[in-house]
Amino acid sequence: MRVGVVTFPGTLDDRDAARAVEYAGAEPVSLWHGSDDLKHVDAVVLPGGFSYGDYLRCGAISAKAPIMKSIIIAAEHGFPVLGICNGFQVLAEAHLLPGALTRNADMHFLCTDQILKIENNTTAWTNGFSVGQEIVIPMKNAEGNFNCDDATLHELESEGRVIARYVGVNPNGSRDAIAGITNKRGNVVGLMPHPEHAIDLLTGPSKDGLTFFTSVLNAMVK
Amino acid sequence: MALDTVTNAAATPDFELPFEQLGLKADEYEKIKGILGRRPTGSELAMYSVMWSEHCSYKSSKVHLKQFGEKAPKSDALLVGIGENAGVVDIGQGYAVTFKAESHNHPSFVEPYQGAATGVGGIVRDILTMGARPIAVMDPLRFGKADAPDTKRVLPGIVAGIGGYGNCLGLPNIGGEIVFDETYAGNPLVNALCVGVMRHEDIKLAQAHGAGNLVVLFGAKTGGDGIGGASILASETFNTSKPTKRPAVQVGDPFAEKVLIECSLEIFAEDLVVGIQDLGAAGISCATSELASAGTGGMEVQLEKVPLRDPSLSPEEILMSESQERMCAIIEPSKLARFMAICKKWDVTATVIGEVTSGDRLHITFNGELIVDVPPRTVAHDGPVLTRPMARPDYLDALKPVALDPIESPEAIKAAVLKLMAAPNIADKSWVTKQYDRYVQGNSILAQPEDSGMIRIDEQTHLGIAISTDANARWSYVDPYNGVKLALLESCRNIATSGAKPLAITNCLNFGSPEDPGVMWTFAETVRGLADICLEMGLPVTGGNVSFYNQTGKVAILPTPVVGVLGVIQDVRTRTSMSSDQSGLELFQLGNTDDNFSGSEWAHLHGQMGDHAPTPDIDHETRLVKVLLEGQQYFAAAHDISNGGFAATISEMVLKSGVGATIELPAEYIPGGVTAGLFAETPGRVVLAVKSSDVDALQKLADAHSIPMHWVGKTGGDALVINGATIPLTELRTAFTETFPKLFG
Repeated sequence: MRVGVVTFPGTLDDRDAARAVEYAGAEPVSLWHGSDDLKHVDAVVLPGGFSYGDYLRCGAISAKAPIMKSIIIAAEHGFPVLGICNGFQVLAEAHLLPGALTRNADMHFLCTDQILKIENNTTAWTNGFSVGQEIVIPMKNAEGNFNCDDATLHELESEGRVIARYVGVNPNGSRDAIAGITNKRGNVVGLMPHPEHAIDLLTGPSKDGLTFFTSVLNAMVK
Repeated sequence: MALDTVTNAAATPDFELPFEQLGLKADEYEKIKGILGRRPTGSELAMYSVMWSEHCSYKSSKVHLKQFGEKAPKSDALLVGIGENAGVVDIGQGYAVTFKAESHNHPSFVEPYQGAATGVGGIVRDILTMGARPIAVMDPLRFGKADAPDTKRVLPGIVAGIGGYGNCLGLPNIGGEIVFDETYAGNPLVNALCVGVMRHEDIKLAQAHGAGNLVVLFGAKTGGDGIGGASILASETFNTSKPTKRPAVQVGDPFAEKVLIECSLEIFAEDLVVGIQDLGAAGISCATSELASAGTGGMEVQLEKVPLRDPSLSPEEILMSESQERMCAIIEPSKLARFMAICKKWDVTATVIGEVTSGDRLHITFNGELIVDVPPRTVAHDGPVLTRPMARPDYLDALKPVALDPIESPEAIKAAVLKLMAAPNIADKSWVTKQYDRYVQGNSILAQPEDSGMIRIDEQTHLGIAISTDANARWSYVDPYNGVKLALLESCRNIATSGAKPLAITNCLNFGSPEDPGVMWTFAETVRGLADICLEMGLPVTGGNVSFYNQTGKVAILPTPVVGVLGVIQDVRTRTSMSSDQSGLELFQLGNTDDNFSGSEWAHLHGQMGDHAPTPDIDHETRLVKVLLEGQQYFAAAHDISNGGFAATISEMVLKSGVGATIELPAEYIPGGVTAGLFAETPGRVVLAVKSSDVDALQKLADAHSIPMHWVGKTGGDALVINGATIPLTELRTAFTETFPKLFG
């Protein structure tokens, strides 16, 4: 199993994501934003960071990168894609996922160990969880406030496409406390918190994050 | 004015240059004329003025700092010492670590966000310049009174600037300090520490060797920001009657720096540079003169080739600009194409601006006209050296001992602990630290509020490093010689408490005006104390930074020597955290308590300073470190006792774990009774949480090293109970966590 990890200029968590892929038992493959070559990977992670410094809008410039053209085409055919934090912002800007990630309600960058509740375990990236399971993974962003119009929100909720919600105080003002969503097909997932920082107890608050990466291996085996 | 060329300067010896506006004194200007045998050109004056500024030349501190060389302990660990961009230490397994702290105090007062942000940016480039990948940052900060209006202006901006820049670079922020004292009003301290790692063979130096090699400027374009920052801002006391100096503060672009880091590391990996220097204070003036001065020959630079953001900049301004995110490399011509290809991959602008020559002069031309012709060493290294007058300040004779009522009843104990834990200097700092990314890179083993920050270096061997920064400015105020020694001992204790062995130190010495003999005396005493204890402890000084002029009018800041200690841990899996969520653990205090409250937070809360610092007990501290390192397998948790005394330490432990504790302080054994037991800040103490089954083994170890070990209680329950005073954790947590949100929103 080969899982691609994309590096844009300003990507920060690419090496972390590659480590998580390796911990899950797959081979991480480094992908460069400026090339459209997916190097025959079986799935792709768009890691966190501040690609292009978050200038213009978070993820807006990266969404136009050559690698994204290939990812968009592949995703439409069911190829698993996980966007974490800035990666989620890129997916929203690329219209692979609906909505937008806006400035946190309190205007501050927030780094915290966040409790999430898993709402959907049928996606390529969440099938290892059970519905209702509570997990703890780090969250760190300044623009993680998920917003969309009422119709989109109704669609997401009624189709069960919210994959995880914040538990307790809503940390950033996201509508319906949404932490992550998926597309209709369940192969593309965007998540604001960082599962790649919760893969062992030595460096993270839990090992809960690893399940996102083992889930995609399950999905590929099936 | 027409271009002031060397020819013109020689022909117009009487033309008056505004040397005073550039921060130079009349005798310094005469010295420059003597060196050149004529008046300097405007461009030469610009270079000398920034390079001879206090900030760049260390002219007031040099005569004292040489003690670090004279008293240097023998050390196999030091690979690169003082004088380069940052010192480099061997941590074993072929790894070298470089770390350094710098101040960005004045810019952060003028423009908090950009001042703090570019402080991070500058120190990160220093570390990168050594050939290392930056792996973590820390920020010791000092502010005026927490509820003062100006603190509300500068603190949120400084914190947001540190976070905004460091987070965007992908550097975990793993520690630091936040201390409030009214002397920092108008002079907040923003010290930034960065640590980086490389293989031994990858160390790079700032030297320009080899005639014909090319001088390449790469990174951001040069703009009008930060012109004269070092000379004007950092080297002069603020005076409210002068116009605002905002244009002298640089503006940061962290994205440009992140790309520059990755680009540089790729260039280093292919061994494409002969020498490298970052552009920080004094910009191109500093980089070209230092590279040439440290090299074997001269240098020629064509200044018009420097890519500009603002085409209207004069040659003087180009030389002085402190625009951020720029580097200068010396490259063999055969490697230029590959160098340029890597820069292109990362969209980094790179321009050949000159070459190394076989001569001994630094020549800078502008559109073919010679505007600088100087011996580079006179700019970079032969700046003025001042022996400033020193005098023991009078305030030392007016100090009074601390006089406070003892705390005895359970009600009084509870009220006192709650008051202490809500005090801004002790209260929960997560309002600040949650604005910093502590997870990025995936190697953070420990981060604030732990005793030290710890980073894994090797995932296979589990080798790691720990860093702690400490200063107790109030002890330095009452006793500068011992104050800094105590800061170093505390830093070592913090490192060992986490399970790492102290290896080397760096420092950032923040003081008032060197023109005040009293300030100069406290500075000299501090340097003497630090050099002495490093020799006694066998810890090499890898580098440091001096920040003077932290003074508004006649009021100087408390002398604030920040000491940073680097430690090594062979297996990060054996580290010890400050708290454990197990109930039924036995709690012990290593070390004895005495009744000196001088400089303590408890005295500060009552508006008192005290009259004497504790006497540093190096022998005790050395044995304590041994117990801490040899006893790691017995510790479920370990936490140093420092600011706020035992009360703060045990409160932090129970609040972090969420499991309470019942404490019995044996008042009769402690001089000063329970009040001292709770609030005295006697150094050389650590609280341990230990399983019952490990107590005997630990006692043997403590006995073997003659370290006193006192049973003080047991973990469990949902309250902190101290000598009969019951403080529910919910109440304690409220007191601890409410302070910062209430103050800063």
